[in-house]
Amino acid sequence: MTREIAVVAFGQTDHRRTSDELSEVEMLIPVLHDVLGQAGLKTGDIGFTCSGSTDYLAGRAFSFTMALDGVGAWPPISESHVEMDGAWALYEAWTKLLTGDADTALVYAYGKSSPGSVRDVLTRQLDPYYVAPLWPDSVALAALQAQALIDAGHADEPALAGVAARSRASAATNSHAQLSGSVPQGDYVVRPLRTGDCPPVGDGAAAVVLAAGDRARRLCARPAWIRGIDHRIEAHALGVRDLTDSPSTRLAAEKAGVFERPVDTAELYAPFTSQEVVLRRALRLDDRVTVNPSGGALAANPIMAAGLIRIGEAAARIHRGESDRALAHATSGPCLQQNLVALLEGDPR
Amino acid sequence: MPEVLKAPLVVEFPFTRSLGPVQSAFLTGLRERVLLGVKTGDGRTLVPPVEYDPVTAEEIHDLVEVAPTGTVTTWAWNHAPRRGQPLDTPFAWVLVRLDGADTALLHALDAAGPDAVHSGLRVRVRWAAQRSGAITDIACFEPYDSGDDAAAEPTGHDGRFADPVTGIVAPARLDYVYSPGRAQSAHLDALAEQRTVGERCPSCRKVYVPPRGACPTCGVATSEAVEVGPRGTVTTYCIVNIKAKNLDIEVPYVYAHIALDGADLALHGRIGGIPYDQVRMGLRVEPVWTDGGRHPDHYRPTGEPDADYETYKELL
Repeated sequence: MTREIAVVAFGQTDHRRTSDELSEVEMLIPVLHDVLGQAGLKTGDIGFTCSGSTDYLAGRAFSFTMALDGVGAWPPISESHVEMDGAWALYEAWTKLLTGDADTALVYAYGKSSPGSVRDVLTRQLDPYYVAPLWPDSVALAALQAQALIDAGHADEPALAGVAARSRASAATNSHAQLSGSVPQGDYVVRPLRTGDCPPVGDGAAAVVLAAGDRARRLCARPAWIRGIDHRIEAHALGVRDLTDSPSTRLAAEKAGVFERPVDTAELYAPFTSQEVVLRRALRLDDRVTVNPSGGALAANPIMAAGLIRIGEAAARIHRGESDRALAHATSGPCLQQNLVALLEGDPR
Repeated sequence: MPEVLKAPLVVEFPFTRSLGPVQSAFLTGLRERVLLGVKTGDGRTLVPPVEYDPVTAEEIHDLVEVAPTGTVTTWAWNHAPRRGQPLDTPFAWVLVRLDGADTALLHALDAAGPDAVHSGLRVRVRWAAQRSGAITDIACFEPYDSGDDAAAEPTGHDGRFADPVTGIVAPARLDYVYSPGRAQSAHLDALAEQRTVGERCPSCRKVYVPPRGACPTCGVATSEAVEVGPRGTVTTYCIVNIKAKNLDIEVPYVYAHIALDGADLALHGRIGGIPYDQVRMGLRVEPVWTDGGRHPDHYRPTGEPDADYETYKELL
């Protein structure tokens, strides 16, 4: 790697169950201005812009083009979009900066789940021949994984409840969180998962600014350097995979350099309690690592932004001096099908 | 702030998908009550079958029949079935490894309750009465005791069928409640009073209509409401000659960009009250509202002299 690239600013909305009064761009603009303000940049200063969102949440084709009004796309800018979580938009922006074509990048992501039923919407990303016609919703598929984990002896229902309680307790210090403090574990949604094991459904947006080399040092007192980032995918057929493990996460972490030295923080995109158990095992995280100090996706899960938020939260801890070496993980697809791992470091103190 | 506008939005589409040779054989097999897997290079049998080995990416196509009985590898109890799911009574989602297969198939299990299900449970296929060559030809699985008589044994079918299924139609429907947000809601509320209201950018001072709450040039929020029109100028237009389905307008008609007086962006609308071949750039028009309409039905000539090109050339 020839260029050092860092996250220099991170911002997010308050995540809420509904945001009827705001269009996507109205929800996004304050966050964009927040991160640009943190970095001391104007929209016209940004070298590359990349976003993540999905038409299936909006129920409209090319919905991301409406959000572009928020970034000042006239006169023309260098811009791209991924129909994925913003973590993958950040990956694209990172490669763009690596090429030297730009020195700064604005990455944003947003999702409003409130207009539709996210459990049903997510069925449309499944294999359309053998699986999608059965309409297995996102909670059902996560529940299959949770039961496999319980059968394998890696967790039980009290252990899953413990993950839920710890996450929502951590979120008490996160003013953006949708669910925090003491949250009842509740009834089964799809057994063995209870409401407490599932993420809240909500609307929200997030943005980060990336910068390269000395530019990053000028824009941020303690840049969060991206030392490695990698993403991997597993077979799409659930019945081919061992649902109790996440080899794609482990491989991405290895390629990102995570295992070379211990990390002190891990922000994991585990929308379901059972998935945190899978990820901790795959990433060999022990009790010395602070996992999801933000509360994670169990506290706020704006679809398409929640993975980018993991990178942003990890970077913000480095900015604040609360972490020196942090892992950020993002996922997409059923039962942790696709996984991205980024390794962030602050300069030695 | 006025009440947030909401309206139902249904997105519905019958996706027509073609099948490759392996998927075609599998789904045709379901129609004929035959369960097929595919052999990988290292001798494993994948059910449901795929065209490429998920480990080596090698193309695979050797079909092999497996049994309609199998073992639950994991499960989840679904006490509240949702629209489109295989059963409308409480059921278990299951991954089932059919006898003779090395991988598992996702489907539903009809069982008395969660206490009647566990990983390792023996199950068999319950076929749908009407079968067309789709995964739903398996109605569901049901618990199976090996003492039962009625589980058919594989007959060694080779996967070749006289009348194979070559495609499926997969209907998809998602229901939304659409809300247009603050800026567009304000615009729509004003339209209901037969007023056209845009918003001015605090930075470049341009007035956008319909407003979307942001200035695309400056990337900043807009909020200052500005009433524009009602009169305006045709900046450009086209003549529509083909009638759209369910559209109650005679062709040919003119569809135009109209710069309302005071606006810095042209909106679009239909031009009426003038023969289609007399519409021109610069024509001065005004909105025509119909009873109860929430937006202008069309725009008609005002009778004023045409606008000078210099006055609207920036709005083309």
